Amino acid sequence: MPTASPQPENQTLAELCGRGRPRRVILRLFQEGTVRGLLVGCAMFSILITTLIIGILAYETARFLQEVSVVDFLTGLEWNPLLGADRHFGIWPLIVGTLLVTLVAAVFALPIGLVTAIFLSEYAPPWLRAILKPILEVLAGIPTVVYGFFALIVITPALQGLGRLVTGENTFGAYSAGAAGIAVGIMILPIVTSLSEDAIRAVPKGLRDGAFALGSTKFDTSVKVVVPAALSGIMASYLLAITRAVGETMIVALAAGGLAQMTVLPWEQVQTMTAYMVQIFLGDAPATGVEYKSSFAVAGVLFLMTFLLTFAGYRILLRFREEYE
Amino acid sequence: MSPTCPTGTRPPMPSTNAPEPRNRGTTVVALPPHVNPIEPTNPPEVCIRCRSLNSWYGDLQALHSVGLDIPKNRVSAFIGPSGCGKSTLLRWFNRMNDTIPSARAEGEITLDGRDLLDPRCDVVDLRRRVGMVFQKPNPFPKSIFDNVAFGPRLHRRYSRLDLESLVEQSLRRAAIWDEVKDRLDQSALGLSGGQQQRLCIARAIAIGPEVLLMDEPCSALDPRSTSAIEDLIRNLRDQYTIVIVTHNMQQAARVSDRTAFFYNGALIESNETDLIFTNPAHRETEDYVSGRFG
Amino acid sequence: MNDARPNSNHFQKLIDRGVPRTSAARVRIDRAFSIICLGITLIAVLALALLLASILIEGFPGLSWSFIERYASRIPEQAGIKAPLFGSIWVASICAIVALPVGVATAVYLEEFAAKNRVTNFLRINISNLAGVPSIVYGILGLTLFVRMFGLFGPIQNPAFEIGGETFAIYYDSTGEPLRVPVTSRNETPSLTTGSIGYIQDVLDGPDGELIFTNNWTPIPLTIVNGDTKFTPAYGVISAVDVVEPIDYEIQKPWYYVQFPFGQTVLAGGLTLMLVVLPVVIISSQEALRSVPRSLRAGSMAMGATRLQTVFRVTLPASIPMIMTGAILAMSRAIGEAAPILVLGVALFITDVPQSLMDAFTVLPMQIYNWTSRPQEEFRALAATGIIVLLVVLLAFNAIAVLIRQKFSRPLQ
Repeated sequence: MPTASPQPENQTLAELCGRGRPRRVILRLFQEGTVRGLLVGCAMFSILITTLIIGILAYETARFLQEVSVVDFLTGLEWNPLLGADRHFGIWPLIVGTLLVTLVAAVFALPIGLVTAIFLSEYAPPWLRAILKPILEVLAGIPTVVYGFFALIVITPALQGLGRLVTGENTFGAYSAGAAGIAVGIMILPIVTSLSEDAIRAVPKGLRDGAFALGSTKFDTSVKVVVPAALSGIMASYLLAITRAVGETMIVALAAGGLAQMTVLPWEQVQTMTAYMVQIFLGDAPATGVEYKSSFAVAGVLFLMTFLLTFAGYRILLRFREEYE
Repeated sequence: MSPTCPTGTRPPMPSTNAPEPRNRGTTVVALPPHVNPIEPTNPPEVCIRCRSLNSWYGDLQALHSVGLDIPKNRVSAFIGPSGCGKSTLLRWFNRMNDTIPSARAEGEITLDGRDLLDPRCDVVDLRRRVGMVFQKPNPFPKSIFDNVAFGPRLHRRYSRLDLESLVEQSLRRAAIWDEVKDRLDQSALGLSGGQQQRLCIARAIAIGPEVLLMDEPCSALDPRSTSAIEDLIRNLRDQYTIVIVTHNMQQAARVSDRTAFFYNGALIESNETDLIFTNPAHRETEDYVSGRFG
Repeated sequence: MNDARPNSNHFQKLIDRGVPRTSAARVRIDRAFSIICLGITLIAVLALALLLASILIEGFPGLSWSFIERYASRIPEQAGIKAPLFGSIWVASICAIVALPVGVATAVYLEEFAAKNRVTNFLRINISNLAGVPSIVYGILGLTLFVRMFGLFGPIQNPAFEIGGETFAIYYDSTGEPLRVPVTSRNETPSLTTGSIGYIQDVLDGPDGELIFTNNWTPIPLTIVNGDTKFTPAYGVISAVDVVEPIDYEIQKPWYYVQFPFGQTVLAGGLTLMLVVLPVVIISSQEALRSVPRSLRAGSMAMGATRLQTVFRVTLPASIPMIMTGAILAMSRAIGEAAPILVLGVALFITDVPQSLMDAFTVLPMQIYNWTSRPQEEFRALAATGIIVLLVVLLAFNAIAVLIRQKFSRPLQ
């Protein structure tokens, strides 16, 4: 260390500081204004996107409804747009198809996802968590086409075999809501698990300690204290998963079928809203025809459904964050 | 959750009940007027007996060969500077250290003759008999009624009427009934800090423990709530054996019958409260209670 | 009155009114529950194992370098995945280049500059909502906005506005070879006489006996022959009948070619995927910015930095690892998306790798979908092999993300 006395050191430092050129304030303000403007512009871009989506869907749905009556569309129970003269555009078969597949997926994924989340956060030792969490991340990253393939190659034959075993007949066909539903369920399982696990881990340790001190077993603590405390977050994860399931396209296009019918039986084939849109966009329907326009109307209904679901989930999540503040 | 125990390898001090007489003649601490320095004539039974207890968090030794007796139906206080092991010892009495994976203990802690460090010990039943109140009040995000009823519902099956009577009596005993009787089904999180702590005490009482462990129960509360809870502790001691950990010496002096002073993971001295404060046997005890270090 | 010293016997009797539950039974329940939990958790593992096993069993035998180098074909044994592979890489790159700056900028605005008022709240809800919109709806948006551009520039087949392309009219000569004749636009019908120059594509013989169509065109003078005269078919000899109208038009695109409307090109595909991925990038960048401790920002401001300077010189650099990780994961999502590309109307039988932003393209998931939906067994195996390639690409991306996370997270600790 140099043993110079304090005075000369300070002088050198001040000298050095003074050597820099001061920045011009005006230039800096101008730069800041531009950059801020850019940032705001980018943020507004997202609003532009929403506006465009709503605008385009509304416009095309209006054009569609010039040829098909609103009443028929919203209350009709038959959807067979390709039948020529005898066609119907009642939206309900498509909605019911979507809901059936979503129901199967939910029945599969929501309970399993929650239990997996409980296991991962309350029971699993660290080494087991370190193995299981990456597996769930891998599941989350698999493209949906692959799940569609899996549904066709593995799930459908398995269900067909099961159906034959149980009933002695070919109950499950080559396409079924059940097969697609299970594949969609596997796809949304990581969403449920990881978000529920976040919610469960957010429960303060003091609550668990309090429960243990009263003589709870781990089962008592997890089921009677922790899960009820994390309920808002778990509900939000459920809603998010269901939103993904409703919007899922490739799995249902491959495995659920192409027949739009009103049924609640999972071994029947159904056509979901998204699968119908795939059928139209992959097909040869002319852009001026009513079938083509019907695809936009269906997209409008789909967008509305997911919008409502997301909005509900957002409100619940907000309430969940407030509970711990 | 590793403790803030200092890592000194101080040789363990012998723990005695009878201090070496050290006649200094001066009063070290002025006692508040309402503490009775004379104990009732019946010698108290021993509720919890601790012998040669060593405890570690991983490689860090938190307690060195601690031995003491907790008398029945009295209030015993553990005092000492931060990180000296008093909370650790308290948490062994109801095996709450089991929730910390790296915690381990050797030695003997007996409750009514049965060693509760034994791996075969039924921890769930132990916690029914030895209840705990924590430093930060931790009511469940449920209604006030469901908070108090949680414990009883765990261990027994009650009819609705019996449960309601039990909840009412527990809340009365915890000196909070009048404040909550009209809002039993509202969330417990809406209560103030002091009220929440009394609710936690009611919750602990409702399962009928023999021992109540209190880990710095007032340190997160304002002075008015603190004195309310201190009154409560004094009133409860006839029915329960109470062990309270506190870093507030005056509180220990106000509330307890016996006091044990810990330092660096060792029990330095354990005696009747007034003796600890007026005539401590060891230098460290005297330094601590007179405020030379904290 | 709060009396804590009532008859303690009375209280104990109250407690004893309940019928005890043996703790042995409760411990049994606890143990059973933990085993059930473990079992159910293993369902997820089982699902993944089944998935990967089925794909490997079906697809591994078909995996070879020629699979990656060949183009699509109607014959399963000769089909390859080169066009979709490169198409995916192009599209993902465009998506990244556009989505990252816009997404990070939005996140920076939301986290560092925006006040907490109703407008910004609305903005946040909006982004949440966009994250939940099905990707097929983004396909519709991309179709209208990027491919067709609202019809403002004319139909896709006849773009109203082009830069840099050379248009050719296509004829077939008497040998059946395609001939190209340069024209100024698609609306022009060239008048051809004997001696006009046409261009013939050079075709080579490949090692397996297949034909390789090169991009070299040799000029050749044309000979127009009147319909009645007999003639021997030869290169460049066309009967007058065939010269009246071209069979089709084709555009030779240099790398800087631009057309409006974009049509079903790589650029449109990349921009559409950008729409899908943008909300995810915004949300993950927000979390990255939130993870930077407040003390860093406070230290910078205390030295007199403006908020802008703090953001760009302190906060952003500190959050780059997490932002990069989020970005790469968003790109993996983009590569795996088929629905939006499908809506764009992309042709499935693409025989060339994209050379410019305005080339036609297809992506891996689309090709896999196409093969999976065919009933023949061989196409199933092809689809599985394609899936393996797709998963390998995704694995590479995720590995890069993990590496970045590891490499950059050390300095902060």
